[in-house]
Amino acid sequence: MNQGRRWRALWPVAILVAMLLVPRLDLRIPVLFDGPINSPGNLQLLAVGFALGLAALSYNLLFGFTGVLSFGHALFFGAGVYLPTIAMRQWEWALGVGIAFALLGSLVLATAVGLLAFRTHGVYFAMVTLAFAQAGAVIVGKNVGGLTGGEEGLSLPFRRLPKWMVGVVNTDHLYWLTLATLIVVYLVALRLVTSPTGRIWQGIRENERRVEMLGLRPFPFKLLAFVISGLLATVAGIVYLFLVGGATPRSVSAEFTVTLLLMVIIGGSGSLWGPVAGALLYHYLNVRLTVWAGSDLVADLPALFRQPLRDPLFIFGIIFVLLVLFFPRGLAGAFAGRRLRPLGRSLGGAVPAAPMGRSEELDR
Amino acid sequence: MSTIILLTLTGLALAAMYFLLAAGLSLIFGLMDVLNFAHGAFFTWGAYAAWWTIVQISGEFRATTSAFLLALVVATVAGALLAAAVEVGLLRPLYQRPIYQVLITLGIGLALSQLTAVIWRPDARTFPQPRWLADTSTVFGARVPNNRFLLILAALAVLAGMLLFLRKTRYGLIVRAGAENREMVQALGIDVDRAFTLVFALGGALAGLGGAFGAAYFGSIDPQFGSVNLIFAFIVVVIGGLGSVTGSALAAVVIGLAQQFGNYYTTWAGDFVVVLLLAVVLLIRPNGLLGRLR
Repeated sequence: MNQGRRWRALWPVAILVAMLLVPRLDLRIPVLFDGPINSPGNLQLLAVGFALGLAALSYNLLFGFTGVLSFGHALFFGAGVYLPTIAMRQWEWALGVGIAFALLGSLVLATAVGLLAFRTHGVYFAMVTLAFAQAGAVIVGKNVGGLTGGEEGLSLPFRRLPKWMVGVVNTDHLYWLTLATLIVVYLVALRLVTSPTGRIWQGIRENERRVEMLGLRPFPFKLLAFVISGLLATVAGIVYLFLVGGATPRSVSAEFTVTLLLMVIIGGSGSLWGPVAGALLYHYLNVRLTVWAGSDLVADLPALFRQPLRDPLFIFGIIFVLLVLFFPRGLAGAFAGRRLRPLGRSLGGAVPAAPMGRSEELDR
Repeated sequence: MSTIILLTLTGLALAAMYFLLAAGLSLIFGLMDVLNFAHGAFFTWGAYAAWWTIVQISGEFRATTSAFLLALVVATVAGALLAAAVEVGLLRPLYQRPIYQVLITLGIGLALSQLTAVIWRPDARTFPQPRWLADTSTVFGARVPNNRFLLILAALAVLAGMLLFLRKTRYGLIVRAGAENREMVQALGIDVDRAFTLVFALGGALAGLGGAFGAAYFGSIDPQFGSVNLIFAFIVVVIGGLGSVTGSALAAVVIGLAQQFGNYYTTWAGDFVVVLLLAVVLLIRPNGLLGRLR
């Protein structure tokens, strides 16, 4: 028993070491990856997965740990993608200043949106955040002020980046940068959710009214969760930007927020690592399904099966439905057995929260 | 002057389309507390069902009047059946878990919309409509396409029909009472589950009809058709007040006109103003214009 627990503690370390070594491993895994695992293409695939995992993790602080459903998270991810690009390309600022500008801008934006949106509850809150994110998407998509490049997006000016970040041969550097950022943010998030503040977040998720009855005002705690998760989403946006080398309107769209929600549900909203795994799996399937759809293996299948494979979104929609119905706690839930707390019944106050005792029935 | 008349009439037609989507959404939320993200898929399916009907009867490039009228019926029935199937098959098991209900409608919406791409390819298709519908009539010097008038008339008829249904029929009474206090209605021995299915099917039927009309309004359809309009329909529902049909009608007019006028003068102001309106209304009246207090 004791030994089993020690082994369980070693698992994350083993996975972490393996992940750190990947760029130096000349390993071939047929079918799953094309060519050696450390080829720039595969490293890019994994690194983008980490960046999305970072975004999903930040979203889950709000959704999974505080029980607040926001449809505006793409706004903050988009800020991380667009603000440095605009600062460096349009205003010719240095890289460091651009990053600082993005973080500061996101902080101000998240505080303002949070202050306004938390005057409403539940579904209304989701809608207000969606509205603000849509406003951002309109500004970006319609190229207001000629800053954002509209539908085309905006590429990162590479001469403003340090040499070690530029070029396909340096994909391993970006891989490590992204992984390191993910690890740091993960540790910060772990510290947060186990802190007294984190406990109150989870209290709000389970039953906001009960937290109020204990004499605490939920509002500052919810605002803090909103601002922190927004800031971390911006960090995710920044590393994502370095990986893909430019900003596209998709990163501010409502669909992106839905994608994050999907990753969180796939991975399991009750845990910190679940959404990261969910994001990796989502991104991997999203890229690989289209590859498989074009392969000879699939070409021989009858049209009935071939056609859906060309459309990853269709498959994700079905996976999503099946997960919600049969595995509502996602990957993390499947691994952790009964240890995880289920997601609360309340939608931040829209729906009357269940008494604490009844959350047991969700476990089944 | 003629520009203003044209913008007003097309704005009202847009409002009519939003209303057809929003009325069902609003009723569903009012009764069942479900924010139905699959509604956009019902709309898309209505549009594709209408298109498919017309193509079967009169071919890909022209439509006869009878084909168009039949297409409206097929779209409505398709929306209703799809919605009823979704409610009975997928939502019913989750009534104890509201968050998961919202999530599952998201998944259903995604899969159903993409299914049209799987069946009919992802690219946009022109929507054939009868000559007289695509022609314009002159109103005070403004040349307005006839389908705008038809859309407005249809929405007015639906509004009148829904108000009659809600106020004068027994089922309408159950729906209104259920929206007010679900537990109490159940305690009185009324089968609320059947009312749920009914309201969902009704919402689906309106969305399907809206999809067919929307296809005529925009002249083409694609798999993302519903989800694009769904966002604005949500905004309409929330501004109007969740659960209030009259509120949705009022908000649809405001949003349709604001969007049409805003987008005429600049390329972006219309969409932006709509979003701003939502934020302002919710901050002043957190339950929407005509929403009940929670």
